Amino acid sequence: MSEAFDVWRVRKDFPILEQRVHGHPLVYLDNAATTQKPRAVLEAIRRYYEEDNANIHRGVHTLSQRATAAHDAARERVRRFLNAARPEEIVFTRNATESINLVAQSYGRAFVGEGDEIVISAMEHHANIVPWQMLCQERGAKLVVVPMDDSGTLLMDEFERLLGPRTKLVAISHLSNALGTINPVAEIVAMAHRVGARVLVDGAQAAYHMPVDVQALDCDFYVFSGHKLYGPTGIGVLYGKASLLEEMPPFMGGGDMILSVTFEETIYNGLPFKFEAGTPDISGAIGLGAAIDYLTGLGMERVGAWERELLKYGTEALQSAPGVRLVGTARNKASILSFVLEGVHPHDVGTILDQEGIAVRTGHHCAQPVMARFGLAATVRASLACYNTREEIDALVSGLKHAREMFG
Amino acid sequence: MSDLRELYQEVILDHNRKPRNCRPMENPTGKAEGHNPLCGDNVTIYLDVQDGVIRDVSFEGSGCAISKSSASLMTSVLKGKTVEEAEALFQRFHELVTSDPTREPDVEGLGKLAVFAGVREYPVRVKCASLAWHTLHAALLQSAATVTTE
Repeated sequence: MSEAFDVWRVRKDFPILEQRVHGHPLVYLDNAATTQKPRAVLEAIRRYYEEDNANIHRGVHTLSQRATAAHDAARERVRRFLNAARPEEIVFTRNATESINLVAQSYGRAFVGEGDEIVISAMEHHANIVPWQMLCQERGAKLVVVPMDDSGTLLMDEFERLLGPRTKLVAISHLSNALGTINPVAEIVAMAHRVGARVLVDGAQAAYHMPVDVQALDCDFYVFSGHKLYGPTGIGVLYGKASLLEEMPPFMGGGDMILSVTFEETIYNGLPFKFEAGTPDISGAIGLGAAIDYLTGLGMERVGAWERELLKYGTEALQSAPGVRLVGTARNKASILSFVLEGVHPHDVGTILDQEGIAVRTGHHCAQPVMARFGLAATVRASLACYNTREEIDALVSGLKHAREMFG
Repeated sequence: MSDLRELYQEVILDHNRKPRNCRPMENPTGKAEGHNPLCGDNVTIYLDVQDGVIRDVSFEGSGCAISKSSASLMTSVLKGKTVEEAEALFQRFHELVTSDPTREPDVEGLGKLAVFAGVREYPVRVKCASLAWHTLHAALLQSAATVTTE
């Protein structure tokens, strides 16, 4: 299958990858932080500003109608990408973080009360911890954390045990940003629904690596960021079941989210506009639509297969590299190679690799509880995307060898 | 690799491997904790200041080679210095690591600490080098406060 995937041709779609850093070809392995943008996305944004720029949902003039149509088309692309039932179930936000905060503030304030429980996992990103902590503090609810084992696999027995009649909501990452673990989301949703809890899936890391079907998962909310999906920064998505979004109060007030306003009363707009106050990131949504077209054009299955092959190659290469210990070795994982190098602190590794043109993330990856669970302050994280190659993994391994030599 | 040798000088690597004065202290006159939330580095500085003179200084913590060797070298040059001399050295050190990397570094009076001139080329690592010093500053203030309340 991967023979059909021509990574060298894909790389040509990403102008940024052509450069050299410190005299070496750029090896970009920080994709879990943000991915690079294909020319199709850059072009779509440029074209919008050069030809169609206007505010949406107002004005009868041609440009406004074009901009509105382009924005609507982007929403439809996201709907199809997630296989949501209806376009109004797609709410545009700034990023996954804002999407989670929207649910915590709107759904949480309306439906979570004293003594209720919010269940999260031990491998969450800070974005899927802090909004729930804030909600729990405000409502007198309790935050319950499902533990994981030493490989970074969620303990499903514990999860089942921690679910109960007080569980209001389960918030879980689809793919852990620090460990690469893929969580069994469909199973988690089914178990949570049995006790009457709602489920929010944080798909920030998953959405650009694997096909997502929100109806098959049956999750209540699914969130992701455009910039990790080869799209621009500043645009994010909240998918929510229409029946739930209908029941939820607005998150922010302002223009576009209203039907009529007097000083006595405001009648809110319908979905999804109720949650989209103010002029949205129109070019961002259009850029995200172009990114989705690009990615589906490559084929999610083929991209996933290529990345699995790279992950296998990288896992084996790092496991046989002297002094490397992988952190996060779940059986079911994707795209993330988190590790420590014996005798060299991750920051020093990061600086040394950068001198060879290799971009990795070092630190706690906005997941300090994960680091604490493994008794580490930091790791080095190489994260893969569709344009990475085996040669780049070889460059990483060789850079690590140089780091060991320097510190030897 | 040659550029990196400017950053990771032998003295720095040596102090990273064998940090000096890396131990807790009982009954310190000043103690402060420093964190670099960006990278998770942390350091605790212990001070024993008597009559305005640093009798002993030690540290504990975890961090990269730059932050660990900076703490180690700092503690090894501070013993016997007055509080004023220590503060002046902090000032000079801070000037060194934040100075323009295209100019010749001004290392006068810095002695062994001059090895950190290479950090100037790596702006994101300046915080690693200066964490111990900022924490020392806090410990010195605490030490001064302890003395005045006694």
